[in-house]
Amino acid sequence: MPWRAILIIVSALCLLAAPFAAGWVQSFLVLAIAKGLAVLGIVVLLQAGQVSFGHAIFFAIGAYATAFISRAMAGGELVSLLIVSALIAGLVGLVIGLFVVRYRYIFFSMLNLAFSMVFYSILEKFFHLTGGSDGIRVLRPSVLGVVLERESFERLLYVVTILCAIGFGLLVDRYLKSPLGQALRAIKSNETRLEYIGVSARRVLLVAYVVSAVLCSLGGVITALAQGLATPEYAFWIRSGEFVFIAILGGASHVAGAFVGALAFEGIRNFAAILFADGWQMVLGLMLIGVVLFASEGIAGLWVKLTAKTAAQKSEAAQ
Amino acid sequence: MKNVLLSARDLSIQFGGVVAASNINLDVYEGENLAIIGPNGAGKTTFLNICTGWLKPALGTVTFLGRDITAHAPREITKLGIARAFQIPQLFAEHTVLENMLLAASAHAGRWNPFQKLDAIPERGAMMDLLALVGCADIADATARHLPEGKRKLVDIAIALSLEPKLLLMDEPTAGVASSEKFGIMDMIVAALSKRGVTSVFVEHDMDMVTRYANRVAVWTTGAILREGAPADVLSDPEVVRTVIGG
Amino acid sequence: MSAQTLALAFFDGVAYAALVFLVAVGLTLIFGVMRILNVAHGSLYAFGAYASVSLVTGIGLMGWSPWLAYPALAIAAALVGIVLGTAIETLLLQRIYAKEEALQLLVTFAVFMVLENVQRLIWGVQPYFIGEPVQLLGNISLGGIEYTAYQTLLLPLIAILVLFGLRLFLKGTLAGQIILAVTEDREAATAIGINAKKVFLITFIIGASLAALGGALAAPTTSILPGMGTDMIVLSFAVAATAGLGQIEGAALTALLIGLGRSFAVYLAPEFEVLTPYLIMVLVLLVRPQGLFARPEARRI
Repeated sequence: MPWRAILIIVSALCLLAAPFAAGWVQSFLVLAIAKGLAVLGIVVLLQAGQVSFGHAIFFAIGAYATAFISRAMAGGELVSLLIVSALIAGLVGLVIGLFVVRYRYIFFSMLNLAFSMVFYSILEKFFHLTGGSDGIRVLRPSVLGVVLERESFERLLYVVTILCAIGFGLLVDRYLKSPLGQALRAIKSNETRLEYIGVSARRVLLVAYVVSAVLCSLGGVITALAQGLATPEYAFWIRSGEFVFIAILGGASHVAGAFVGALAFEGIRNFAAILFADGWQMVLGLMLIGVVLFASEGIAGLWVKLTAKTAAQKSEAAQ
Repeated sequence: MKNVLLSARDLSIQFGGVVAASNINLDVYEGENLAIIGPNGAGKTTFLNICTGWLKPALGTVTFLGRDITAHAPREITKLGIARAFQIPQLFAEHTVLENMLLAASAHAGRWNPFQKLDAIPERGAMMDLLALVGCADIADATARHLPEGKRKLVDIAIALSLEPKLLLMDEPTAGVASSEKFGIMDMIVAALSKRGVTSVFVEHDMDMVTRYANRVAVWTTGAILREGAPADVLSDPEVVRTVIGG
Repeated sequence: MSAQTLALAFFDGVAYAALVFLVAVGLTLIFGVMRILNVAHGSLYAFGAYASVSLVTGIGLMGWSPWLAYPALAIAAALVGIVLGTAIETLLLQRIYAKEEALQLLVTFAVFMVLENVQRLIWGVQPYFIGEPVQLLGNISLGGIEYTAYQTLLLPLIAILVLFGLRLFLKGTLAGQIILAVTEDREAATAIGINAKKVFLITFIIGASLAALGGALAAPTTSILPGMGTDMIVLSFAVAATAGLGQIEGAALTALLIGLGRSFAVYLAPEFEVLTPYLIMVLVLLVRPQGLFARPEARRI
């Protein structure tokens, strides 16, 4: 599909050029795209019709793993930080996943919520380990052995974030189109039949769960590096709710939805925070309700409808 | 003496006060087409549920190729070689007919490479052939949710066939299929089964289908097997006529 | 652990269990009838607490008899339950009954977010405390130790009354039977002319009021903080899920189990206080995924 490749290249170029237009754009985009990565994890699970209200736990694991390693190794190194944090999150995801994939829908959602809130209270209470509600500072890592100044590092982090987004976006897209990924959608439509073609729904969901844990943790690593801080709030239920909201807003039918939704959400959130400093959470909740009631397919869904309409109109005109 | 493929011994189960199975003893021989008939609620589907691991009997065992499968899960039993087509067709509603087949084919071939697209798996050609066998090649790209009942049945059977089973269980295979097409399609299915050496057990209400395709008939009534034997004998048995065929 | 500490932990646990039961039973009732998990239940609990703070403080400011605090608690609960309950059910829930579970959950989650924010806007983030209702009832002496009559007697008493009251209502009155009918088979109930919409509204109001009652009764026993809604929704879900969603009597038992478990943890291993309820839930669900008292549903194909 040539036009898809063109779209990706153009978006990448725009994103790379954006910070040169206005300074604050870079930090805004890093945080938004990192969030998009986390939301990608939610989108994966949504294919099976499952909503996790606790995936902030993996976001926080990514952030805190980064904080601990950077503290222990005077900054550490960027690429290895990403890899190690992702591995840790994947492992935790495997353990929790083994339990959680036996459940569906409400139980799945609430059990995930319970795990994340337990983690949150551990982060808050054991302050001699975790720094309590103040969190842990994250030092600036070197990059493949090269120590960078703050500005250069931030620029590089930005590029890495974009690369991760495109790279993982494409990988997840491939995964979702493969038999394993399509089996996720089969869980949603007919788990009985899935069992009766010899497939373990639990195993399929577990793979997805570990993938989602890794994606969320990468978002957490980048956010912690960008903000220079890891706090318990990273594991809080509101953050999990944000991820789910963005997934629905962007549309769960397409990988790009996670990032488009994240950009839209962060934009609206910053806007709302300026307008309603104390009420943005309420605005968020109301928007979520609105999206669910009136546009449950999200932005991606609207896009699909629009392009389908234009395609239909074109073929009509051609006839 | 032909080989016994599936063997049910002393199966018993009841739901509340309803006896769904009471001392069911039945052998299924390799290569045969066994018809199961009986009034509604006699326990025919329950029998299929027990044989495929969906239900665990209170008493009794099910053996397949010499292996006790009573406690196995449907997933494991499917992998051992028993495939099922359901009374209410079980399809992946949001996928196309072909995608339904491809999912089954991937499962059977163990294709879990996350970088290969589902519609690009090598079994695609074979799946289209199977769809042609049941007369559904023209609806390969239709979403399962939109199919009429008769077509759903046929796709369900095609999915079961794609698993290359040794034993195929069909629950009212042509119910909902247009009468003009019933025999044609069943002819093709039975011929394909015979060519591949697949044994079949099918639940039927249509006695024409039974006389035409069954080597053996087992009659179910209130959780027990009333009669069992060659179609000509069983279907002319007065008690069978009274309980099942009526009149 | 001395006999004294044991007794303290026990009565503490029972009082706590009584409060959690009130919230959990509302949650489980709503789920049982409407098959919706009301994530906003935690907010209703919090609103019950905050509303009773406002009313009781108001009574104090007006110089009225402090004994009016007790009916004030009940009124706060009823107000929150009826007003918020009706608003949520009629404006939102009615529109999502036909939607897929994931979306239904999202909507109640969104309501939770909205209510948490509204609560902060109305009452701020500072802690509140209204101790008079507890002090008024004085102490009782058991085995040489002094306990507050409020926590040791009143709370469990109300919980027991609610338990038996609900049982009586559901099994002994026409309205209750109608609710049970809708729970068992919504389609069949509608087919014989039962107005399922009305049943859902009434059920939701009852459930919401119970949550608010839990909050109102909890208010005099602890300092009221912004996070209480979140803590309670996860906790009450743990209680309801451990019993089996929809099990009313079972919820009483699991509330006791979890309440006592947490209470003993406070005295024995304080760092595990928060973890204990979830540990219990996870252990039970590992063995019986549908909950302790639920009948495993027969899957039909």
